[in-house]
Amino acid sequence: MKNKLVKKEIIHPDNIYSPSIDKVGVEERVARFQSRSIKNESKLQGLKIALNMIDLTTLEGKDTPGKVKQMCYKALHLHDVHPNLPSVAAVCVYPSMVRIAKNEVKGTGVKVASVSTAFPSGQAPLDVKIRDTQFALDEGADEIDMVISRGKFLSGEYNFVFDEIAKIKETCGKARLKVILETGELATLDNVRKASDIAIYAGADFIKTSTGKIQPAATMQVTYTMLMAVKDYYDKTGIMIGMKPAGGISTSKLALHNLVMVKEILGNAWLTNEWFRFGASSLANDILMQIMKMETGVYQSSDYFSID
Amino acid sequence: MSRLEILKTYKIYIGGQFPRTESGRFYSPLDKKGKPLGNICLSSRKDVRNAIVAARKAFGSWSERAAFNRGQILYRIAEMLEGRKEQFIAELIQQGSTKKNAEEEVNLSIERTVYYAGWCDKYQQVLSSVNPVASSHFNFSVLEPTGVVGILAPQNTSLIGLVSIMLPVICGGNTCVVIASENLPLCAVTFAEVLNSSDVPGGVVNILTGTNKELNETLSTHMDVNAIVYGGDDLEALKQIQENSVLNVKRVFSYSKDWNKADSQDLYMISDTQEIKTTWHPIENIGGSSSSY
Repeated sequence: MKNKLVKKEIIHPDNIYSPSIDKVGVEERVARFQSRSIKNESKLQGLKIALNMIDLTTLEGKDTPGKVKQMCYKALHLHDVHPNLPSVAAVCVYPSMVRIAKNEVKGTGVKVASVSTAFPSGQAPLDVKIRDTQFALDEGADEIDMVISRGKFLSGEYNFVFDEIAKIKETCGKARLKVILETGELATLDNVRKASDIAIYAGADFIKTSTGKIQPAATMQVTYTMLMAVKDYYDKTGIMIGMKPAGGISTSKLALHNLVMVKEILGNAWLTNEWFRFGASSLANDILMQIMKMETGVYQSSDYFSID
Repeated sequence: MSRLEILKTYKIYIGGQFPRTESGRFYSPLDKKGKPLGNICLSSRKDVRNAIVAARKAFGSWSERAAFNRGQILYRIAEMLEGRKEQFIAELIQQGSTKKNAEEEVNLSIERTVYYAGWCDKYQQVLSSVNPVASSHFNFSVLEPTGVVGILAPQNTSLIGLVSIMLPVICGGNTCVVIASENLPLCAVTFAEVLNSSDVPGGVVNILTGTNKELNETLSTHMDVNAIVYGGDDLEALKQIQENSVLNVKRVFSYSKDWNKADSQDLYMISDTQEIKTTWHPIENIGGSSSSY
């Protein structure tokens, strides 16, 4: 896409203007996205789009090569009973698992995303974060999911956060960078908006809500606020930024509500896994069960779907 | 001053909550004089789906609970029934029973609850077995609950049929979704309140009101239901349920008993919704005096 070639303008973080957020207004607007009724053909289409946007994720201390291989297999064989299903967008793993994942999905179009920068806390010095990122890239990661330093952000050290993101972006080179704001720790929607703007101006290709380790994670309110930041930036510069809600989206219904929101705020251009992703592990099965329900007419059981 | 009576809103019971039907619909069954009994939720297939999700969620912890504790909880249901006896009697009379029959039905319901409460920590000992085999194995069979059970309560009673058919299912560690009697639904809703105030965890029993005709189909085709217990007497409906159950090989049981009889209760109603797990455990000696068991 030509948008990618546009050189971003460097703006000093002090000069980024983040509007304050009307929480009540956000809640009302979000409630309206949730009242849409999506049925039949459009529901099936929506489910398939959502399935294709999933970053199938395993980020646990107990992850083993076997677990990662199993997940990669699932990414490529979502439900073999049903032909013509799209695959997921990517698998998302820890840096130490990148090579294993990469080998499994090689040549399939499914990307490997790696979390980095001392995920999930981000409590490490910059040089460690850079090495962490470099390691993931050397192992073959196509995408990097970094976390911001929430402690620094909350103490008002916006320049620090900005510089850190810019440095990691520099390390990433051509790999796409997703910046995790961990909105569950940012306390207010004003902070979410501020952090979104900092991330976008510092070089993020994607902004992402959460690590999945903290509740609340990707609420509709938070995703809405971040989408508005993406929209404002696009209106101003013509550059597209991707969005990835992660954590807490485990049902098809919620995924469809998110798609409605994306379409109405940003438009059809964002309705592809190039610009919108779901970070999830159990969502895939729920969508598969919904698709099978629509095609067979009977409600499904998780007994007949692969284990997450 | 005359007082305006506050009428009860009859709601359904899903996952330990009392929602109205998702569809917003209702029906008004009539008593013998043609007067409406109340506005009853006309549940939809989505309510059935939600109830099954709730039952599946509750299954793990209910089936793993200590048998003795399940017995305590069932006994607690009997205690709560006893405390609300008058209300059940009044509802039965409202639905066409005589006072004497109503009293008998409620008393029997309480006794039957105690009966199954007692079985909770005993059926396993009675029904499991150690099996003789011709190899070096200790071979034994134990019962495990089937899973989520769909229950279509008997149509001709309001309380005793429901209680008789549902208790053996949960006694054995299953969770269930019950469709109440279509024309006599009052006691089913009140019974849900009894369950809610005893220690039965939310989701173990879910009770819906509505028409069997509409709900049978969803319940019997649902892939996450492992067995159906049918208490009605419509053979056409039963045939349909059996055909639908082929989809995921559900077990189907049909009972037609006079539930008001004192002996319409037995151990084998518990074992119907149990699966048998047989284990071959390697040992050194086949048997005889040197055997360790």
